[in-house]
Amino acid sequence: MQASPIVTLDQVGVTYPNGVTALKSVSLMVNRGEFAVLLGLSGAGKSTLLRTINYLHSPTQGRITVEQLGVLSQDAVVRSHRQQTGMIFQQHQLLERQSALQNVLLGRLGYHSFWRSLFPLPKTDQHIALDCLNRVGLIDKALTPVKSLSGGQKQRVGIARALAQQPQLMLADEPIASLDPTSAHKVLSLLRNICKSDGIAALLSLHQVDFAKEYGDRIIGLAHGCIIFDGPPASLTPQHLAQIYD
Amino acid sequence: MTNESSSFDGILRQYQRRWSRQVWRSLVIIAIVTICFFIVELFNVERMTAGVPAMVSLIGEMLPPDFSRFPEWIEPISDTLAMSVAGTAIAICLSLPLSLLAARNTTPHPILFDLSRTILNITRAIPELILGMILVAAVGFGKLPGTLALGLHSVGMVGKFFAEAIELSDPAPIEAARSVGATESQVIVHSILPQVFPQMADITFYRWEYNFRASMVLGAVGAGGIGLEIISALRILKYQQVSALLIVVLVMVTLVDSLSNSLRRDFVHAEMGIPSSATRQSAKSFGSDE
Repeated sequence: MQASPIVTLDQVGVTYPNGVTALKSVSLMVNRGEFAVLLGLSGAGKSTLLRTINYLHSPTQGRITVEQLGVLSQDAVVRSHRQQTGMIFQQHQLLERQSALQNVLLGRLGYHSFWRSLFPLPKTDQHIALDCLNRVGLIDKALTPVKSLSGGQKQRVGIARALAQQPQLMLADEPIASLDPTSAHKVLSLLRNICKSDGIAALLSLHQVDFAKEYGDRIIGLAHGCIIFDGPPASLTPQHLAQIYD
Repeated sequence: MTNESSSFDGILRQYQRRWSRQVWRSLVIIAIVTICFFIVELFNVERMTAGVPAMVSLIGEMLPPDFSRFPEWIEPISDTLAMSVAGTAIAICLSLPLSLLAARNTTPHPILFDLSRTILNITRAIPELILGMILVAAVGFGKLPGTLALGLHSVGMVGKFFAEAIELSDPAPIEAARSVGATESQVIVHSILPQVFPQMADITFYRWEYNFRASMVLGAVGAGGIGLEIISALRILKYQQVSALLIVVLVMVTLVDSLSNSLRRDFVHAEMGIPSSATRQSAKSFGSDE
């Protein structure tokens, strides 16, 4: 497949208001259809990088360019970018009291105005949401409150919500960190299959090297806010790993 | 596919039904609110419009505010301030032990739980104005009955909120404290109080602000402070003095509000990542700054 970047980061740096520099100068392209994994210690800047790509943090230096939308800065452009970018969180970030279907329908919010969103969304959106729940294997839990689901099921609802956005890019911040190994494999292979079959680019951060090697097409190693490795899993040597996890 | 879409339709029908049930529920609430509006004559347009000119002329009589007696107000203002601080302090001292008895996770016995909840309910149920009148009858006019009324009435709300904060504390660190062999009272002091301290500080400052406003009303029943001045000015129809007093009160309430806000922020900051003994010390040193 021809590699064409969906998002391009050009020397992006993030310094928090309290003076901590989380990202120094990161240049990175996320290409259409690839499944890329971020590796690094806690505090290496993985979460900051993922959040910055969704502009949940605005970069304090450098710029982010999105295919067809241009440089991110104006609110309207950021909103369109977020609308087509799915985000999966470590702690699911679901409304626990609401049903799985209601949570997945939140993924459709970006497509509707405030007033429209006060009423049940159109049938087409409801069908998209149910279709997404079906793909993650939770159609029979559609009306169940999220709080009574297991950790792995919650994370699958999180994936369904991101998928309901019909995104071009999927960002996932340690999606399996709070799951047992079996659920973790289930969630990761589900995510990879869906992204591959829909041509969605994915960038996810993981803690476990063997998971990263098994599922990733590309590995990006972060340490101290800098990229120190970027390439296919096969060329990731123990020396690189020692550097990432020094 | 047809099978799938029919199962989709079943789910969507249920989803729709839940939504319309919620709409019905909201409509019922709106209807009840409308009826209440009707009962209290909020829909009595004639009476409402007739009130407007009277209100306008009253405001006219209030202008310009007359600050000529301001020097004489300084003492009642500081009295009101002192009443609010002392009343809040009484409330905190009584609330702390009561809330520990009234929280499900710290109460030593169900009887004590019910008893303390009842005490909290009673103190909350008697309005401070009534309490003030009773106490005026008991100990005579002045600041003392006002302060006692504020303190006793505040216990009802402060104690209940303290107890609720204690009940919502995270059980995990409590279990950890138990696992090292701590006694129940050690668990309370070293594991529960550090968790609820920020909320308690929050409730305390909020209540102080409330007591400052309430202590002005208490002046009306002869319980001292700036409220007495307002009531007497109203009685002798000195509306220009009333408006001046209201401006003074507004300024004081704003000051108390911003002071309690900054104190609250300080407490929550001091709480971050510092062990409870250090916080208590910093709280103490802060108190001496005041």
